[in-house]
Amino acid sequence: MIKIENLHVSVGGKEILKGINLEIGDGEVHAIMGPNGSGKSTLSNVIAGRDGYEVTQGSITYKGKDLLEMRPEERAWEGIFLAFQYPVEIPGVNNTYLLKAGVNARRKHQGEQELDAMEFMQLVKEKAKLVELDQSFLSRGVNEGFSGGEKKRNEIFQMAVLEPSLALLDETDSGLDIDALRIVAKGVNTLRAANRSIVMVTHYQRLLDYIKPDVVHVLADGQILKSGDASLALELEERGYDWVRAEAHV
Amino acid sequence: MSEVKNKEKVEISAQEHASREYEAGFVSDIEADTLPPGLNEDVVRHISAMKEEPEWLLNWRLEAFRHWQTMTEPHWAHVSYPPIDYQAVSYYSAPKSMKDGPKSLDEVDPKLLETYAKLGIPLREQEWLAGVAVDAVFDSVSVATTFKGKLKDAGVIFCPISEAVRDYPELVQKYLGTVVPAGDNYFAALNSAVFTDGSFVYIPKGVRCPMELSTYFRINAMNTGQFERTLIIADERSYVSYLEGCTAPQRDENQLHAAVVELVAMDDAQIKYSTVQNWYPGDENGIGGIYNFVTKRADCRGHRAKVSWTQVETGSAITWKYPSCVLRGDHSVGEFYSVALTKMCQQADTGTKMIHIGKNTRSTIVSKGISAGRGNQSYRGLVKIGKDADNARNYTQCDSLLIGDKSGAHTFPYVEVKNATATMEHEATTSKIGEDQLFYCQSRGISEEDAVNMIVNGFCKDVFNELPMEFAVEANRLMEVSLEGAVG
Ligand SMILES: Nc1ncnc2c1ncn2[C@@H]1O[C@H](COP(=O)(O)OP(=O)(O)OP(=O)(O)O)[C@@H](O)[C@H]1O
Ligand SMILES: [Mg+2]
Repeated sequence: MIKIENLHVSVGGKEILKGINLEIGDGEVHAIMGPNGSGKSTLSNVIAGRDGYEVTQGSITYKGKDLLEMRPEERAWEGIFLAFQYPVEIPGVNNTYLLKAGVNARRKHQGEQELDAMEFMQLVKEKAKLVELDQSFLSRGVNEGFSGGEKKRNEIFQMAVLEPSLALLDETDSGLDIDALRIVAKGVNTLRAANRSIVMVTHYQRLLDYIKPDVVHVLADGQILKSGDASLALELEERGYDWVRAEAHV
Repeated sequence: MSEVKNKEKVEISAQEHASREYEAGFVSDIEADTLPPGLNEDVVRHISAMKEEPEWLLNWRLEAFRHWQTMTEPHWAHVSYPPIDYQAVSYYSAPKSMKDGPKSLDEVDPKLLETYAKLGIPLREQEWLAGVAVDAVFDSVSVATTFKGKLKDAGVIFCPISEAVRDYPELVQKYLGTVVPAGDNYFAALNSAVFTDGSFVYIPKGVRCPMELSTYFRINAMNTGQFERTLIIADERSYVSYLEGCTAPQRDENQLHAAVVELVAMDDAQIKYSTVQNWYPGDENGIGGIYNFVTKRADCRGHRAKVSWTQVETGSAITWKYPSCVLRGDHSVGEFYSVALTKMCQQADTGTKMIHIGKNTRSTIVSKGISAGRGNQSYRGLVKIGKDADNARNYTQCDSLLIGDKSGAHTFPYVEVKNATATMEHEATTSKIGEDQLFYCQSRGISEEDAVNMIVNGFCKDVFNELPMEFAVEANRLMEVSLEGAVG
């Protein structure tokens, strides 16, 4: 699905990512864990194409194409989706309207017929059920006045509607209450598919109890210091990150 | 009395297929009778004579003109422009074929109708889906009023003001200048002296006007000023919704537009007045464009009267405009909803005045300003609570959205309260379209340009919601066209 090689990224002249190597196969679920400020969101943002991140070295190949050449919306059309750590509010812009524009821009790009209002409403209602998102959120402004947890749930709802090939979930679990976490995780699990890869950035093992990852990575000091199976997360929960660092830097 | 000289033929502009930046920027190839530039008493007399006006009106004009001569152009607005030479402007231009006045649409010059078709205004009645009656003012003369029959059955009078002067002189004389007196301000005085046409509306007692009324203004001829005058009277318990749309061709020299709009609402009457103004804004270097100096005022003369001004302003090089409400009747209500977009070198100083005189009067002001490029705009609002205006309430919300870092926004709220029972609320925000908002949209598959449109339209929503349905769609589209190339 995606192959990241020796990726170096600077923000405001400061190097944050210092040679990331990461390969994710079709249908795989990867978890990325790591200390605050280690560059997890930076990596997600670079993959999604956000401005302000300077790639000084390395490459990202997505579905055989050079991802770094594409504008953010082109990446979305090609199936990349980022669930934001801090979803932004866009006052007055209807949540459903935004999604409809996104879905139809992508369909147009792919030479498919655009969905009309009726078809789209049907799709949206169906997907809202998946994450048990109340219908009232569909007609509100994008994240406008949503609580922290509601914003996160809305992100996964959007993922369900946009049906990406590669979903990056940046701390989607943070801010969700116990029940919401279970519901959102159930939604994500339903979305698991052979042609859909998922990257979860998280600080907590708890999420991984619900969504079992194939691979767990530790991102610290701008590099992936260690990768392992689901048991690595349990070990991190118990021991923290220092031992990984110590191990990596000998 | 001077002769009509200049029977010039207005040339076709090279920009016939005007660039997308200003879609209405074409010039129509129509023969016109145009007065030579210049302003003196003879010109005023000539205009009055051309329109075969009664003597009281000529005298009213002359008085206004003499008053105007004693006044000086106001310069307190936050705009700058080179001095206007009022002697270089022509004060009357009529499409030649209109001289004897069309009896029906079939007699209207097909070129004129073509012009309106280009503007997307379906003039012919059979093309009306929405049931809008149109009074079209082309340069200085009203071209055609549609749907007269149906309105007449309801007792509604909707016609060019020149026709009203002829057919309903007592109504015109009773109300003209009672809301905006001839000497009210420099531009209003000028308008009173030389106004050429505009619309007249009278809604009788208890009548709900059966359709939206609408006027489209277009300045076509070169070097002509446009001075239309609109007078709307809603008698007791009546209701009317009125829309004006404005466009002008793309020209290198500035053109002057100084209109006056007077609204009178009697007991329990309601007037909803919506404007979509898209006068030519000039080019990216600030060359050309309309100077829009307009006086709009509503008088809630009766108890429980209500007037709403809704405006979407994307055009003009300079806008100087403060639609106001005088809340005279007890329990009367004034509303002002405004979206103003300035880009390139456009300047706008706009806002409203709410004058509370009656008891329990209420006013609401929602102003949304968007500045892009080197656009600069100011909101200027006055809320005045008179000493007898017990329990008056005002709510003001004033939001600015900046695009890019060369644009500017200023807010000048003035408040004068002479009654301690008043309740005033004021909210103001200034924001920029955030990189995070744009990226959020893009990450959902929406291009940057579409994202900007979406965010701007979202910002304007509270105001667009106040527009009649079909015009809300038009306003949305207008914003999109106007924002093209404004970002990046
Ligand atoms: N625009 C910026 N200007 C300067 N520094 C930045 C900018 N964006 C990110 N950084 C820095 O880059 C580093 C990595 O940030 P990033 O958000 O990727 O961390 P993270 O791993 O997601 O942390 P967290 O777990 O707290 O979400 C931090 O030290 C942060 O301060
Ligand atoms: Mg982060």
